[in-house]
Amino acid sequence: MTALHDLTLTEMRAGLVSGEYTSRDLVTTSLDRIAGMDGALNSFVTVQADAALEAADAADRKIADGSAGPLTGLPIAHKDIFCTEGVRTTCGSRMLENFVPPYSATAVCQLADAGAVLIGKTNMDEFAMGSSNETSYFGDVHNPWRHSLSPGGSSGGSAAAVAARLVGAATGTDTGGSIRQPAALTGLTGLKPTYGRISRYGMIAFASSLDQAGTLTRSAEDAALMLGVMSGFDPADSTSVDRSVDDYQSALDHPISGLRIGVVEEFMGEGLDDANRECVERALQALAEQGAQIKRISLRNIGLSVPTYYVVAPAECSSNLSRFDGIRFGHRVADPVDLQDLYTRSRAEGFGAEVKRRIMTGTYVLSAGYYDAYYLKAQKVRRLISADFQQAFAEVDLIAGPTTPTPAFALGEKTDDPITMYLNDIYTIGANLAGLPAMSVPCGLVDGLPVGLQLIAPPFEEARMLHCAHQYQQVSDWHRLCPEGYA
Amino acid sequence: MSWEVVIGLEIHAQLATHSKIFSSAPTAYGAAPNTQANVVDLGFPGVLPVLNEEAVRLAVMFGLAIDADITRHSVFARKNYFYPDLPKGYQISQLDLPIVAGGQVVIEGDSGEPKVVELTRAHLEEDAGKSLHENFQNLSGIDLNRAGTPLLEIVSEPQLSSAAEAARYMRTIHELVRYIGISDGNMQEGSFRCDANVSIRRPGEPLGTRAEIKNLNSFRFIERASNYEVERQADILEAGGEVVQETRLYDADADETRAMRSKEEANDYRYFPDPDLLPVVLSDEYVESVRASLPELPAARRERFMATLDVRAEDATVLTSQRALADFFEACASSVSPQLAANWITGTLLGALNKAALEVARSPVAAPEFAGLLQRIEDKTISGNLAKKVFEAMWAGEGSADEIIEAQGLKQITASAAIGKIVADVLAASPEQVQQFRDGKEKVIGYLVGQVMQASRGKANPGQVNSLLREKLQND
Repeated sequence: MTALHDLTLTEMRAGLVSGEYTSRDLVTTSLDRIAGMDGALNSFVTVQADAALEAADAADRKIADGSAGPLTGLPIAHKDIFCTEGVRTTCGSRMLENFVPPYSATAVCQLADAGAVLIGKTNMDEFAMGSSNETSYFGDVHNPWRHSLSPGGSSGGSAAAVAARLVGAATGTDTGGSIRQPAALTGLTGLKPTYGRISRYGMIAFASSLDQAGTLTRSAEDAALMLGVMSGFDPADSTSVDRSVDDYQSALDHPISGLRIGVVEEFMGEGLDDANRECVERALQALAEQGAQIKRISLRNIGLSVPTYYVVAPAECSSNLSRFDGIRFGHRVADPVDLQDLYTRSRAEGFGAEVKRRIMTGTYVLSAGYYDAYYLKAQKVRRLISADFQQAFAEVDLIAGPTTPTPAFALGEKTDDPITMYLNDIYTIGANLAGLPAMSVPCGLVDGLPVGLQLIAPPFEEARMLHCAHQYQQVSDWHRLCPEGYA
Repeated sequence: MSWEVVIGLEIHAQLATHSKIFSSAPTAYGAAPNTQANVVDLGFPGVLPVLNEEAVRLAVMFGLAIDADITRHSVFARKNYFYPDLPKGYQISQLDLPIVAGGQVVIEGDSGEPKVVELTRAHLEEDAGKSLHENFQNLSGIDLNRAGTPLLEIVSEPQLSSAAEAARYMRTIHELVRYIGISDGNMQEGSFRCDANVSIRRPGEPLGTRAEIKNLNSFRFIERASNYEVERQADILEAGGEVVQETRLYDADADETRAMRSKEEANDYRYFPDPDLLPVVLSDEYVESVRASLPELPAARRERFMATLDVRAEDATVLTSQRALADFFEACASSVSPQLAANWITGTLLGALNKAALEVARSPVAAPEFAGLLQRIEDKTISGNLAKKVFEAMWAGEGSADEIIEAQGLKQITASAAIGKIVADVLAASPEQVQQFRDGKEKVIGYLVGQVMQASRGKANPGQVNSLLREKLQND
C-alpha cells in the first residue's frame, strides 16, 4: 500500500470513502511531516494544527453520515495571499505580518464548503513579486529536490509543500507564471485557469488584470478536482465571468487522437536549455504517439511579453499597494512625527526591496509625460500578443512548449540581477497577458531535477488542457517521482 | 478698461442611492463615525469594487435631462494620491470616457435674458471619507462613512460671466437634480457642493490664468467667493503682477479665499483604467427605458404652464423650480383658475412653507385641501383676506376650508340689503370723509371700505362694498 502522504488527492478521497483511513489519519500525517520536515523547507508561514484536527474530525463525521462533499477531509494549504477569516494572512510581507482578515477569499470559502481541511498558509514571494521565493519577509523557501535550490516563485511555498508531500494539494496565484514556474521546478502539475474563471475576491492583488488563482497538485486529475470546486462566477468580483463550469473530471478520459497541438517556435530556440528542450520534445513525441497532431506555430510578438509585463504589472501594483499606508491596517511605524513621516517610514519598513522596485517602476510608467510611451504602448502590445494567440488557436487546439528555460536554480544565484530573474518567466507571461488558461506538467528530469511541459488553451478550454495533461500522465510517470528524502 | 469674468463650475452631486457606489454599505447620513463603511469602503486587502447599477441609472437620467450624449462604453479610472481619508490610496472616478458628455442648461443671464450654459461632461466617482481635526489632541480623526458615496461630478464649460451667473447656474443644476430625483441636494450634509474655476481677462483676449476655489456649499458662498476672487485677481493684474494657477479655499468667516496648494505642489494623479471594473456598456434599449422614466422636465413644464394655462412667466419659473411644487400647482389648477392657484401658491403657500422651513411634500395643507380653499375664493364665498385667515386655520390643522368657514361663520355677506344698511351707517358716521370724496379726493374711499369691512367683521365682499359706496356717494 502507498504511504498516506504519497497519495494524490484523488486517491486519498477514494480511501476516505472506502473507510481505509480517516481524515484524522491524513491530517495527522500532514502535521507530523510539517513538524519534522518543514524546518528545512520553510514552506509554511502559519500552520493551523488544532483547527485542522478539529476540521478532520468534523470531516470524518460527514463521511460517516454520507454527507461528504467533493473534497471532504482532504488536507490542503493556501498560499498566504488568500485572505482567511481569523487566520493571519501575510502575503509574505512585513507589512501584513500581523494582519488577520475579517473575511475569507471566495476561493477559500469554496474549498472549505467542499470539505477541504486547511492545514496552513504557505510562504511566498512578497506580494507575489518574485520568481524564486527569495523576496519573502519570512525567509527563502527551499526546493525539496535539492535544498540549496529555489523552488521557484511566487507560489514557492505551496509548490515545496505539495512536492514534499506535506499536504495533498495547495492553492497558488499566477500573475506571470507564479504557479506554472514553481510547479515545473518542483515536479508538480500547476494550473492557471482563464482570467475570470476563479474569483479574485479576497486574493490580495498584485496586478489585477493579470492575477489568477489556481492549483498546485500532484496530477492533472487532482487539478481537475480542485478546479471544479474553485471555478464559477462571483458577484463580488466584477471581472469573474458568468459562464457555466465544465465537468473537468469527466472530460479526462477521452482519447487525445486528433488533438492539434501547436509548438511555439519562439519558445524552442535560443535561451532554452538543451536538456530541457529534449524533455519537451520527448513529451510531444509521446503525445503524438497517442494520436495528437504536432504542428510548429509562431507567435510573432511573444518576444515582447517580458517588457510588456514589466510595465503593466508594476503599474497596477503601484496603485494596488497604495492602500498599505499604515493608517487602517498593516505595519505602522512607531512614533511618526507627522503624516508624511508615517507614510514614508511605514512603507519603507513594511515593504522589501523587490516590492519597492516595482512600485517605483509602476509609478514612473504611469506618470504624466511617460504614460503614453510606457503604459499605453504596453497595452497596445498586449493586444497584439493576445491577437497572435487567437490567430494560432484558429489552427490548433492547444499550444505547447517548455514552462521554464532551465531546471531549478540556486538560491542567491539571481538575486543581484533582477532582469535575469525576470527572464525566468519568459515562456509563462504570454498566457497572463492574453488571459488564457495554461498549465505545467512534469515532463522529465535534467540533472536529477524536474522540468515542465507547458500547455496553453483557448479561453475557458481548461477541460481540453486537463484532458491532454491527464492522458500524458497515463503514459508517463514523471509526475509520480518524489524528491529524495520525502518518499 | 473693464475686466471680463470667466467662471466654470465643477459640481459634486451625491446620487440618491441606498448603498454606496462600489459596496453594499448604506449611504445614510449622520451615523456614528465609521459605522457605515464595510471592508470594501475601508480598502482592505483583496476586496473588490462592484458597481451599483442604480448610480448608473441616475447619472443617465441627468445626462438625458440636459440633452447630453450618453456614453455607451464608459470607463472607470483610478486617480492615485495619498490621503488618510482616501482608503485605497486612489479614488475610482472617470477620466477619458465619462458616462455623460456635453449637454446644456438654460439660466437667467446677467442681461435678464435666457442664457444657454454648455456642460463639458458629468462623470461618476466615489467620495472620500472625512478628516476630523478637532478634539483629537494634535491628532486627526478619520471618519470613512462617506467613503464610497456615489457622486456625479458635473463640469460646466467656462461660460459663466459673473459671480451672480455662477450662483444662478448652480441653483439651476440644484433644482434640476432635485426635480428629477437623482440627488436630495442637501447642502448642509454635503450632498451638493462645488468647486469654482475663476479667471479674468480683458475683452477679446485669451483666457487668463485661473484659480480653483474648492468646496463651496452654498449659493451665497459661491457668489461671495467668486466676487472676492475676481477682485483679488484684478488687483494683482492691475498692479502689474501675475495670477498664479493654484487651488484656494474660501473662508466664509473672513469672506476671503486663501491659497491651498500651487500647481507645482499639485499631485500627478497617474490616472489609468481600473482593472477591477469592467467598462460600463449601455444599450440603446436601456437608455430609452431610462428616458421613458424621466418626468416632464422643468423647462418644458414651465413653457406649458405659460402657453396652455396662461400663467405669468415669473410664476411659472417659481412653480417649476421644484417638482413637488409644480405637481401641487397642477393639482389645484385642475379645479380653479390657474392664475388664481399660481398667485396663492407662490404667495401664501410658499411663504408659510419657507417660514416653517418645510418642503412642499411636507406641507400641512395638501393640494386637494388647498384647492378647496381656492374654490371658495373663486365662488366668492369668502374674500381674499378672510381666505388668508382660513388658510392659517387649515395650516394649524383645524379642518378643511369649508369646515372652518362654517365653524367660524365667515361666509361673505353678499346680500345687498344687509351691506346697504352697514354702508348707510358708515356714511352717516363719516361726514368729513364724505365731503372729502365729493371734493374730488377719491382715495378716501379706501378708508370708507375699511370701515364697512370692520363693521361687517370682514364678511362683506370688498369689491361689492366699494361699488355700493360709490353708488351712494354719487347719487346722494
